[in-house]
Amino acid sequence: MAKYRLGGQTVKLENPPCILSRATIVGSKEGQGPLGEYFDIVLDDNLWGEKTWEKAECRMYQEAARMAIARAGKQPQDINYLLGGDLLNQIITANFAARVLGIPFFGLYGACSTLTESLSLGAMLVSAGYADLALCVTSSHFCTAERQYRFPLEMGTQRPPTAQWTVTGAGAFLLSNDAKPPYITHVTTGRVIDYGITDNNNMGAAMAPAAAATIKAHFEDTRQGPEAYDLIVTGDLGWFGRELTIDLLKKEGYDISDRFIDCGCEIYSRDQDTHAGGSGCGCSAVVLGAYILRKMEEGIYKRVLMLSTGALLSTTSCQQGESIPGIAHAITIDMDRG
Amino acid sequence: MDVKQQKINKEYQIYVQRKMPKSNLLRDCIFAFLVGGIICTIGQAVSNFGKSYFNLNTEEASAFTAIVMIFIGALLTGLGVYDDIGKYGGAGSVVPITGFANSIVAPAMEFKKEGYVFGVGAKLFSIAGPVLVYGISASVLVGLIYFFLK
Repeated sequence: MAKYRLGGQTVKLENPPCILSRATIVGSKEGQGPLGEYFDIVLDDNLWGEKTWEKAECRMYQEAARMAIARAGKQPQDINYLLGGDLLNQIITANFAARVLGIPFFGLYGACSTLTESLSLGAMLVSAGYADLALCVTSSHFCTAERQYRFPLEMGTQRPPTAQWTVTGAGAFLLSNDAKPPYITHVTTGRVIDYGITDNNNMGAAMAPAAAATIKAHFEDTRQGPEAYDLIVTGDLGWFGRELTIDLLKKEGYDISDRFIDCGCEIYSRDQDTHAGGSGCGCSAVVLGAYILRKMEEGIYKRVLMLSTGALLSTTSCQQGESIPGIAHAITIDMDRG
Repeated sequence: MDVKQQKINKEYQIYVQRKMPKSNLLRDCIFAFLVGGIICTIGQAVSNFGKSYFNLNTEEASAFTAIVMIFIGALLTGLGVYDDIGKYGGAGSVVPITGFANSIVAPAMEFKKEGYVFGVGAKLFSIAGPVLVYGISASVLVGLIYFFLK
């Protein structure tokens, strides 16, 4: 087995990279939510003075990236890699933002799992010594996602209780080899799991098996259980998906319910009428960047298992009656370098 | 897919179906009835107004009503109100002709950014199109049956 592999899906990073700086931007609805005070920028208007929603999302992506770079006292030309993506076809947000930023770029698509996908790869690049600085950025926007995946905004439709609300937000994380906590110590890469859910208004149920499988694989590979973590976080399973994940893991003999939160459940309050909670690759990015890392710095959490979960569907696959494959990637974030 | 995985999937799907939060059917029906009823009552009032004020006959009055109701539906969509009505009204706001107006004006507004040809022009009927195709096809079919049975 390769030198730093633990079991089938996990890598223990040789030189755990630190999250040197970060930045988050969210839309107005997210700003009105329970975590509103934690975000760096809250937009008054989700168009942000641009002509299209897509331009607004792209600008959020760029600004988050620039802010994270500036906070670390660096310049864009100091960054070795930009890794990231978004939810739009051909990941145009990330591609167009990379066009302006001018940083060597790997565009990634893992649906809503893109956040931990990019952090996993960024952490491995830095740990292995292939990069001094790697910037991981993801974004999503309610209005761009809605028009691509569902209906026009002004269309009078009813959303079922399991439907989720795409978060308008962008989060950027700059990884480096500095000795400044928090660190990314482990990377567990998910397998694509499909239990045959076809309802695209029930993404939580489609992604929960993937989340449970990755958490289980992480525990087995690292020979640790839930008690090794102060907090286990998933990206955007929503209220229903969160419940399913707890149940699926109970069946495997792991009880995570007392230390398990989902970013999609945290970002909105229940009276914001988002039904099952938030989703999108902006969801886990802004909650991790604004809230969870802040609480880690305040000493409330020492060791966190962070997952983002993605539903790997397209409008074509849905219309052709294909089921929805899910994926989840996990990283361990630790205040100690280990 | 192997048999074991099929069994796991089946069990999971049944479990999800059983456990998932369901829409409140009774409440949705009541709201649909009320909202749909209000829209139709307004339509009736418009029709009566056309008949008494403009002295329209029944056929003219129904065309007049359709024009007015479509205008109202389109206006409320443009003002960003119709989607809120739809959230509560459900079928009650989709089925009347105002819902049809909403389903055309909403994509027209949304896809204007892609230009007047490939945006507005191409996407205008993206939602109402299937309704037109099957509505017109069904009426032709019914018309033919009526013609031969008469």
